[in-house]
Amino acid sequence: MTITMPAAGEPAVRTMAKLKTQRLLRALLPTLSLALVLIAIAALNPRAISYFGFTLMLNLAIPIALATIAQMFVIAGNDLDLSIGPFVGFVGCVTATWLRDTPLVGILMLLGCIGVYAAVGALIYLRNLPSIVVTLGMSFVWQGLAILLLPKPGGRAPDWLLATMGTKPPLVPFPILAALLIAAVAYFGLMRTSYGAILRGSGGNSVAIARAGWSLLKAKMALFALTGLFGVLSGLALIGITTSADANIGNGYTLLSIAGVILGGGEFVGGRVSPVGAVIGALTLALAASPLLTFMHIPPDWQVAANGAILIVVLAARLLVSPKGAER
Amino acid sequence: MTAAVSKLLVKPWIWSYFGALLVWLAAIFLTRGYGAGGMVTAALSLAVFMVVVGVGQMFVISLGPGNVDLSLPANIGLASAVAMKVMAGDDGLVAIGLLAALFCGLAIGTVNYLLIWALRIPPIIATLSASFIIQSIDIGFGRGLQIKPPPGFADFTNIQILGIPVLAILTVLFTAGAGVALQRTAYGRSVLAIGQNMRAARLAGIRVGLVRLATYALSGALGGLDGALLAGYFRGANVDIGNEYLLTSIAVVVIGGTSVAGGKSNVPGIWGAALFLVLLLTMLNTFGVSAGVRLLLTGLIIVGVITAAGGDKALD
Repeated sequence: MTITMPAAGEPAVRTMAKLKTQRLLRALLPTLSLALVLIAIAALNPRAISYFGFTLMLNLAIPIALATIAQMFVIAGNDLDLSIGPFVGFVGCVTATWLRDTPLVGILMLLGCIGVYAAVGALIYLRNLPSIVVTLGMSFVWQGLAILLLPKPGGRAPDWLLATMGTKPPLVPFPILAALLIAAVAYFGLMRTSYGAILRGSGGNSVAIARAGWSLLKAKMALFALTGLFGVLSGLALIGITTSADANIGNGYTLLSIAGVILGGGEFVGGRVSPVGAVIGALTLALAASPLLTFMHIPPDWQVAANGAILIVVLAARLLVSPKGAER
Repeated sequence: MTAAVSKLLVKPWIWSYFGALLVWLAAIFLTRGYGAGGMVTAALSLAVFMVVVGVGQMFVISLGPGNVDLSLPANIGLASAVAMKVMAGDDGLVAIGLLAALFCGLAIGTVNYLLIWALRIPPIIATLSASFIIQSIDIGFGRGLQIKPPPGFADFTNIQILGIPVLAILTVLFTAGAGVALQRTAYGRSVLAIGQNMRAARLAGIRVGLVRLATYALSGALGGLDGALLAGYFRGANVDIGNEYLLTSIAVVVIGGTSVAGGKSNVPGIWGAALFLVLLLTMLNTFGVSAGVRLLLTGLIIVGVITAAGGDKALD
């Protein structure tokens, strides 16, 4: 008896340990991908690894990281937002026009946008609609509004925004500080607060959350409103960097943000997302998208292909750590 | 009679036809009946291209949550270039050109699934990454490609019988075949079973991997065929020729009543949804509204239609 007891217990302990290592590796994977891209950049152009190098290379990563966090909230609720790109573009147009000329109207418009997002969440929940289609429709709406507001590229970012985005803190480049801040806020909000757990639960097991007495409608609205909020921040950050707006400026963000969430270890279903991973995923994508390719001297014709190939390679790395047999 | 009507009303695809009819009537009313027939002819010709890719996308979406083919636009672009190059403006080579486009798409679909399977990445990301690579190949391959389609082929994509494009008639027959394939063949049943519950389908002895491979390959092949037809209709290949089919291929499937949760599909609805979207765009174009207003209205109407049609209550 005393001999069989540990013999039976041992495999269980070992499986637990194995599961733990796997989970740890999974959590580390986004960081490893980022490190890999950074090493490649450092090898190709050592001068890029400097204060100014990072400031230049990662500047556009801030709006991408914010859009990725925005996307992460809807994915946490088992939905997908295909309108985030055009939405960021629309916010950019508002920022470069109304927010500069009549700040009060601009602020009201941006708050209204967040309200629209919450309403879309409510609509999706109440009518049990596929979010892909509703947000697909909304992507046309935002794009149309952006073109109506700014038919030609133009406008100008408000001065306070330019000043904010041009901050040069000592030692650590601004984009890195911003990324840390974004990751920290999203992490504590979604992973460490009790309502954050409810929000994730609404994606993981909505029935359980409903039985526990929480309103799924409110959860869905909260998730979409958060997406709207971070989408607004992304648009503000983007215009703070580019200084002027264009109706199509954010269009690439839809797919970048989804890829960033997945790269960061998120899953499409089950409320499983990782805010820190998402930010790291966004940084990896932003770096892999242009600076790396420029340093590799890839001809322009093949830059898009290289983008795709890098995406595949980085995601393939998940194979090394994710357990076998997981179906998609 | 009322029973038949109410039975018809619960069909999820009826709404898309209803929407198409409504838009058409509105257009006739606003143009005071001018060009009502011509509008239908034009709508049918353009809807064909949406339907062909829509059917491929529908089979993929039927496989269940997360399954979607985002490589269709790039696929269409490359296949259009391949078709034009192989046909080389010669009427005798049309069949070979069509086959080449079909196989080009088939290869892309196969690669798509191999990426999904081998790397175990979500289809949305796999097909997206693949589309980047295809797009580059197309840019390299199709650079400066100014080959006109063979005159016979170009005419064929445009001929009409009593105002009905021949291509539309053929596509109706094709969709009927696709409907039978989906509902009455072992393959189609397997697709639906996988969409409902992949694990159960596997335990029931369905070779899930093979069926999924076939489905992505089918979607790719239809994309390739669509590219060749588009190049014939618009008289030339173009890298951007397929761009609008990224969103429309998904939109026609879902507005047509197919569940994005998978396992519940609808072939007739694709036609209704495609006609609805084309008529909508035609109507907005005839009024000469600005691009902004057109996009805004398109978006609002898509959201409106999907809200009116409602989500599926059965599968959740």
